[in-house]
Amino acid sequence: MNVGALARRLGLFVVVIWAAASFNFIVPRLAPGRDPIQQRLGQMAAQGGYQQQGIDAMVKAYQARFGLDQPLWKQYLSYLGDIARLDFGTSIALFPTKVSDLIIHALPWTIGLLLMSTLLAFTIGTLLGALMAWPRSPRLFQYLVAPLMTLSAVPYYLLGLILVYVFGVIVKVFPISGGYSTGAVPNLSMAFAWDIVKHSILPALSIVLAGVGFWAMGMRAMMVTVEGEGYMLLADAHGLKPRTIFFQYGMRNAILPQFTALALSLGYIVSGSILVEVIFTYPGIGSVLYRAISGADFFVIYGVVFMIVVAIGLATLLIDLVYPLLDPRITYERT
Amino acid sequence: MSEEILQVHNLRVEYYTSKGTLPAVNNVDFSLRAGERFGLVGESGSGKSTLILAILRLIQLPGRIAAGEILLDGVDLAKLSLDEMRRKRLAEIALIPQGAMDSLNPVVRIRDQFKLIMRAHDDSLSKAAITERIAELLKWVGLDNHVADLYPHELSGGMKQRVCIAMAIALRPKVILADEPTSALDVIVQRRVMETLANVQERLGATVLLVGHDMGLMAQFVDRLGVMYGGKLVEVGPVRELFKDPLHPYTQLLIQSLPSLEIQSEFQGVPGLPFSLTDPPSGCQFHPRCPRKMDHCSVLAPQLQEVRPGHWVSCHLY
Amino acid sequence: MASLSAFWRYGRRNPKLLGGLLLILVIVLIGLVGRFFVNLDDARPISAMPEMSPTWEHPFGTDGVGRDLFTVMVAAIPLALEVGLLAGAVGLGIGTILGFIAGYKGGMADNIIRGVVDTLLTVPGLVVLITITASIKSVLSVEVMALVVASLAWMWPTRTIRSQVLTMRERAYVKMAKLNGLSTMEIIWQELLPNLLPYLGASYVGAVSSAILASIGLEALGLGPQNEPTIGMTIYWAIANTSLIRGIWWWWLPPILFVIMLFIGLFMISAGLDEVANPRLRRTV
Repeated sequence: MNVGALARRLGLFVVVIWAAASFNFIVPRLAPGRDPIQQRLGQMAAQGGYQQQGIDAMVKAYQARFGLDQPLWKQYLSYLGDIARLDFGTSIALFPTKVSDLIIHALPWTIGLLLMSTLLAFTIGTLLGALMAWPRSPRLFQYLVAPLMTLSAVPYYLLGLILVYVFGVIVKVFPISGGYSTGAVPNLSMAFAWDIVKHSILPALSIVLAGVGFWAMGMRAMMVTVEGEGYMLLADAHGLKPRTIFFQYGMRNAILPQFTALALSLGYIVSGSILVEVIFTYPGIGSVLYRAISGADFFVIYGVVFMIVVAIGLATLLIDLVYPLLDPRITYERT
Repeated sequence: MSEEILQVHNLRVEYYTSKGTLPAVNNVDFSLRAGERFGLVGESGSGKSTLILAILRLIQLPGRIAAGEILLDGVDLAKLSLDEMRRKRLAEIALIPQGAMDSLNPVVRIRDQFKLIMRAHDDSLSKAAITERIAELLKWVGLDNHVADLYPHELSGGMKQRVCIAMAIALRPKVILADEPTSALDVIVQRRVMETLANVQERLGATVLLVGHDMGLMAQFVDRLGVMYGGKLVEVGPVRELFKDPLHPYTQLLIQSLPSLEIQSEFQGVPGLPFSLTDPPSGCQFHPRCPRKMDHCSVLAPQLQEVRPGHWVSCHLY
Repeated sequence: MASLSAFWRYGRRNPKLLGGLLLILVIVLIGLVGRFFVNLDDARPISAMPEMSPTWEHPFGTDGVGRDLFTVMVAAIPLALEVGLLAGAVGLGIGTILGFIAGYKGGMADNIIRGVVDTLLTVPGLVVLITITASIKSVLSVEVMALVVASLAWMWPTRTIRSQVLTMRERAYVKMAKLNGLSTMEIIWQELLPNLLPYLGASYVGAVSSAILASIGLEALGLGPQNEPTIGMTIYWAIANTSLIRGIWWWWLPPILFVIMLFIGLFMISAGLDEVANPRLRRTV
């Protein structure tokens, strides 16, 4: 990839982040009636309590920064400055915890869970899809088409609900809530690592189950198209082994659109996983967001949403940068 | 008479459809002598490409080889196991694909594609031996050695087709099947590709079965010609005799429809339409379009018979 | 009505479409006919004892605050469909207009539209909607919800319709129409739109499906219309009241079964319509 194209792609990434930040600035101001943040802060200040002083300080700080005493462009610039320093303010409900701290603690859980389950779903689904379309596969794979198609139509979190019921009430094999056992002290031992893995199995399973169908359907369709190509016939005529044809000729070509689909569906996967985390009270970003929503903790909501947009922007950027290495026909056109 | 390298006996290929089984290749019988160039012509749908795929045992469901023998050097390919057949392909009998098809794997470099096909038949080959062989093969087909390090989309149509020829001869097969190798190429490139094919054929002494519908091209290239109609072979003979004195009314029409023997041209067609395989005519399949139809033609199917030395025809006129 | 009978004949050859339509029909009928068998007031809190397991009187039992859950479902189905149909229509409308501009005019307009769409598609839609709905939670109604969801429902239609228009523009009959001196609008109305109808249908079903998915997701996070008995809010309350681990299966099972039926039905319709639009097609996601 040449420098110009790289710069353009990076520029696009910056634009997305800028747009996401601006979006967070604008939305509260577009809300009908009063600014919901001010409303919420006023509410907290009125309730009083042990945090009273902090809340008062926060109200003052908020008004100083976003109050009507300053012109809008000044507010906007100082806001962008804060965002650039990843300063999203403090949580209203968990005062004086900083929003960035909440996010930093939750992020590894979400990234770990999503990375593992998405990779698993992608790998299994893609392989299954390719086998379902492969004429030499056992019949068994043909029978998988209908159930996988059905699974691909079901939202992630509904499978999560069913899993919680099955494993929480009927067969109590895996823990159904939390990221590790209550009372366990986080450390670097194998026992604790296994505890984490055990707790992640069910949330991961609900994401994998729903995802496998999606990837399998996409791969199956592409594989069917690829099988009609001239090079598949010639590969056979050259006496290549079926295994070579399947992997090097079939999958190697059919998998390319799957990567584009991966870039496009990351947002969907992350959105879906938020509710999965809520259902399993998994200590990730989704649960933070959920608690923030029920507590009307606006700074946390905006901060988390911004970070998710940035993270997905980064992941998509990464996929776009890697893609030309996989498909020699794609080169970013020179300008 | 030289040795017969490929013999096809009573070959029948059927396709299952919702309207019943269709015979795409119907009791075809012919044989090729070692080192000869044999041509097969016919309209599209006449079964000529299916015949090639059948010889390589590449017919896929819903089609199948229903009956017949395919003897390659005395071995019946139709009776081999899948893996035995796989080993025969390329090593003894190779395919040059249609020029219109994207026959090279778009995401693998030419060099690696050569490696894959050579290793599939002999995984003891050393890297150096493969590199040397690729250079030699590319030279044979008139391509520069650096072509090996390119991807297919970086080659022109003619270059791709010559790469396909180089691949086909990689293991020095006895028989080369060429399925309209010059379709979709422009005339000058067509000529170059055919010259390349002629060159390597002479060098290897291989037998070539060329399938196409370009009568002019056939006249220049092949020694003997077969004419197919509706899945059946209706006439076989030495190419000069067949052009000078075609016996079957269908062949006569094919040759009349050429503007001139000397001028290369796509064949323009014969009046009327080919019949539908779902509803074949009774008796001689050609009778609805035949200008010399007789009463019993619609009742009795003619058999392919030798009416002159080496010249066979399937028609009641003879 | 000739087209209807032709459609019926086609439906028999396209079991996905027919099956999907039947599934959706069953759901719609429960929503519409159910109203005559229940008192919709029972969908409000304290209309019965809380957390009662299913009986003849309360076929789906009651929830933690004494709503009759069968009545809730009967009332909730039309609301879910309303959000979906409305948001889908707005999304498809915007998508069709933008898709036509981008595909037919090309040039600068195409570059801008395509750039914006491709960028927005990578943004996590639900997360953005969370920001909006959280900020306007107090004034959320079913209609507002639909409009909010529609604000992110136009990208896929724009993308697919653009590429369809692009290929159609090059077809012989459009070129003929141009040579015959038809104006751009005439070509669009007389030549392009009629041929695009199957695609528009498939896009619409897709848009409806993702709108319902988004709205139920938002509701399940507690971000739905607060005073309406919706499917998503029922799931929200069921989770919030730990009905899962307390074994109150009748609380959460019916709403998720309806959601699953709904999505499978819509998915089958959309897959079936794809086959109409593109007969060579075998599937699509």
